[in-house]
Amino acid sequence: MPRIVIDVERCKGCGLCTQVCPKGDLVQMSDEFNSKGYRPSKFVDPEKKCIGCAFCANMCPDVAITVYR
Amino acid sequence: MSEAKEEKIVFQRPKALCDVVTHYCPGCLHGVVHRVIAEVIDDLGIQEITVGIAPVGCSVLAYNYIATDFAEAAHGRALAMATGMKRVHPELVVFTYQGDGDLAAIGTNELIHAATRGENITTIFINNAIYGMTGGQMAPTTLPGQVTTSTPTGRDTKLAGFPIRVCELVSTLEGSAYIVRRSAYNPSEIRKLKAAIKTAFQVQMAGLGYSLVEVVSNCPTNWGMTPLESLKWLQENMLAYYPLGDYKVKDSVKELMAKK
Amino acid sequence: MAKVLMKGNEAIAEAAIRAGCEAYFGYPITPQTEVLEYMSARMPALGRAFVQAESELGAVNMLYGAACTGARAMTTTSSPGFSLMQEGLSYIACSEVPAVVVNIMRGGPGLGNIQPAQGDYFQMTKGGGHGDYSPIVLAPSTVQETVDLVILAFDLADKYRQPVYVIADGMIGQMMEPVELPELKPPQRPERPWALTGAKGRPRNIITSLQLDPPTLEKVNLRLQETYKRIRENEQRHEEYMTDDADLLVVAYGTAARIVKTAIAKARRDGLKAGLFRPITVNPYPYDTLRKAAEKAKRLLVVELSAGQMLEDVRLAVMDKRPIHFFGKMGGVVPMPEDVVDAMKKALAEA
Repeated sequence: MPRIVIDVERCKGCGLCTQVCPKGDLVQMSDEFNSKGYRPSKFVDPEKKCIGCAFCANMCPDVAITVYR
Repeated sequence: MSEAKEEKIVFQRPKALCDVVTHYCPGCLHGVVHRVIAEVIDDLGIQEITVGIAPVGCSVLAYNYIATDFAEAAHGRALAMATGMKRVHPELVVFTYQGDGDLAAIGTNELIHAATRGENITTIFINNAIYGMTGGQMAPTTLPGQVTTSTPTGRDTKLAGFPIRVCELVSTLEGSAYIVRRSAYNPSEIRKLKAAIKTAFQVQMAGLGYSLVEVVSNCPTNWGMTPLESLKWLQENMLAYYPLGDYKVKDSVKELMAKK
Repeated sequence: MAKVLMKGNEAIAEAAIRAGCEAYFGYPITPQTEVLEYMSARMPALGRAFVQAESELGAVNMLYGAACTGARAMTTTSSPGFSLMQEGLSYIACSEVPAVVVNIMRGGPGLGNIQPAQGDYFQMTKGGGHGDYSPIVLAPSTVQETVDLVILAFDLADKYRQPVYVIADGMIGQMMEPVELPELKPPQRPERPWALTGAKGRPRNIITSLQLDPPTLEKVNLRLQETYKRIRENEQRHEEYMTDDADLLVVAYGTAARIVKTAIAKARRDGLKAGLFRPITVNPYPYDTLRKAAEKAKRLLVVELSAGQMLEDVRLAVMDKRPIHFFGKMGGVVPMPEDVVDAMKKALAEA
């Protein structure tokens, strides 16, 4: 099952990953803070819609997203 | 009939990118470009023969992130340094990573002459229309009317002249072989950027002349925007003045690309 | 090897080639241009790197780049060009890479003229660029000595991983004298574990002069100062000429020292006991040996083609132990030996 893993401690909360998901809003901004005070993004995929396209990971300037398929 | 296939990693940090946190601001596309360069280095298997040269500017610490031999140049002099290295070690892949201030203001002389000599060097040129490191002053590529800390009422072309279009300029020089402008504001553009950087390195390795990939980039911090707003501003304002595309692809490069 | 008659500038170029110089970068400027011209033919013929740079900024940073790969590399220039190179030389010193720079000085300041002068002494011996660095500066006074010191410059640059300068002027660059050169051998590239040659089978190397953390930059500075201390202890060179019985000790280097030697011969015919102390390393300056030499004399006379720059180092060496007189010419005016004899007589008359 395709999925992504976000390294929340590497995430700077820029949000670039949140706008490119072809399936809508599988990557969203979290309401919590990481240890640096950034609000990282989070992967929300209850319906298993992720296709592992890696668009989100490609946009990430901090290489905080790993994609599995 | 089990369908449980082994799960594979299809996207992860490239080997040639150090596993460290960068100093770049949130949403700055330097990180994306660094990663793409590292991916190309991995793909071409050239990590052990590549030497990078970092500029002065925000990417002054690029040597901490891209995992090859690296030097840090004086402001604007990366291409002179690269020339010295490459002439002694033609077997190395030498690339410079330079911002708009470094390449298109203080380093214009080095740029023009490295290109016109046809040095087998690759330049990755990050154009975000502002001086980031020093806090948002006018760059040679700042757009007319653009507000910066040294053009507080917007760049007045009567006082501050016009922005430089590097690809258009350099492509007129006979020694330049592969001069293209790309961006990184969406996954599709990033894919094109990666293909261009790969071609540029291959052009260098084939000894076809000078190659330069300009990346129309962003600066959320000094543009005073959120990262997402900055990508929108980039597309709505910068691309009109800096159209993406191929500015120079010598016939020898076309032949090389056809073979690959 | 038999002696050949060579122009100073061409001898500099050939000496560098014999020393194993693998890369030369330069920009035309009188009175050093013959080095560039000579290299433009010889270096490519030997399969070595030669680039006529777009400027001295380009040349010095090409030098920096080549030096980062561990190659023996050189640039040559003349005063205004040397000024342009200062930023790059500061980076080279901080990065601890070896490099050789020859400055064939001309009259200044500004565009000045192309005649012999020694007005770049402060700039060359005291650093010249920004920050605490202290390049080795070698001052030949004959074409043969220029050959020897260019070769030594490469050895010292390698040994200490610092820029080494040869300070000469249009007189030495343009005159012809017989010289003996060592044999031509293929360049040797000794093991240089710090060099940027591609990280094959070793951890990657980074050469940078940027250290954002103050204690780290302090450590770099302390290491540089340690290098300069070793240089001071091991590399001071000077020549003494007829100093044993000298009442007047004349201190001069390079072209000025040549003129002084002739003047001493004339002065001694007139019964004036003069001798010459000639620093060969003007940095590190031979302060202690000069102090000792000065103690044997009654007075000192410093002769320079400048307003009196090395004069300050002589004062530092001798302090107020002996009276120090000065005779200098500027603007590319070269004194005749008779002018120097007059200055000697005047110095002693003031006693």
